[in-house]
Amino acid sequence: MKVGVVTFPGSLDDRDAARAVRAVGAEAVTLWHGDADLKGVDAVILPGGFSYGDYLRCGAIARFAPVMDALIPAAQGGLPVIGICNGFQVLCESHLLPGALIRNDHRKFNCVDQRLVVENAATAWTSDFEAGQEITIVLKNGEGGFVADERTLDELEGEGRVVFRYAGDNPNGSYRAIAGITNDRGNIVGLMPHPEHAIEEGYGPSTDGLPFFTSVLKALATA
Amino acid sequence: MGHVVIDVMLKPEILDPQGQAVNGALPRLGFEQFTDVRQGKRFVLTVDGEVTDEHLAAAAEAAEKLLSNPVIEDVVSVRASEDPDQ
Repeated sequence: MKVGVVTFPGSLDDRDAARAVRAVGAEAVTLWHGDADLKGVDAVILPGGFSYGDYLRCGAIARFAPVMDALIPAAQGGLPVIGICNGFQVLCESHLLPGALIRNDHRKFNCVDQRLVVENAATAWTSDFEAGQEITIVLKNGEGGFVADERTLDELEGEGRVVFRYAGDNPNGSYRAIAGITNDRGNIVGLMPHPEHAIEEGYGPSTDGLPFFTSVLKALATA
Repeated sequence: MGHVVIDVMLKPEILDPQGQAVNGALPRLGFEQFTDVRQGKRFVLTVDGEVTDEHLAAAAEAAEKLLSNPVIEDVVSVRASEDPDQ
């Protein structure tokens, strides 16, 4: 199984994402923003960071990178794709997922061990969780406030497309405490917290990040 | 050289933390008369020669596609200007 990790100028967590892929026994393939080539990978991770310095809007310039010309149609065709933090922002800017991420309501950069409830355990990236399970992984961002209009929020809730919700206090003002969402097919998932930082004992708050990566391998094996 | 000036604002229903921060600072400087602040963005695009209708149409398209995110922002104006500061 080959999982691609895209590097944009300003990506930070591409190495950790690749490490997480290797930790579950898959091959991590480096994808470059300037190449409209997915190198035959079976799934793609858009990692965290500050692509293009967060200029204009977070993810807005990355969305038009050549690699996205290949990724967008592939994702629409069912390729499993996860966007983590800045990757989630890129997915929203690409309109692969609805809504947008804006500056945290308290205006401060957050870096915390964040509790989340997994609400949808049927996506390509969450099948190794149980619905309703609580997990703790790192949340670290300045612009993590998820916003969308009421109709879109109702649609996401009604269709079970809220994948993760913040447990406890809302850390950034996200509407309805939404931490992550999916598309209608469940192959594209975006979330602000970082599963790739929680895959090994002694590093990070838990190993609750591992099931993200084992889930996608299972999805690929049964596809 | 001609210029196309594009103004983008957050939609009214979207929280504007930057505007709120500015709003919080104004009274500390003695400006008590303002009840709210919303912060927007201005883009100035430069072309060779006079701004044509084609330039304006292309600028409007760029404004919708890249310069704003229609989920959270409105393009409030796209106009030609001789002086980019006006």
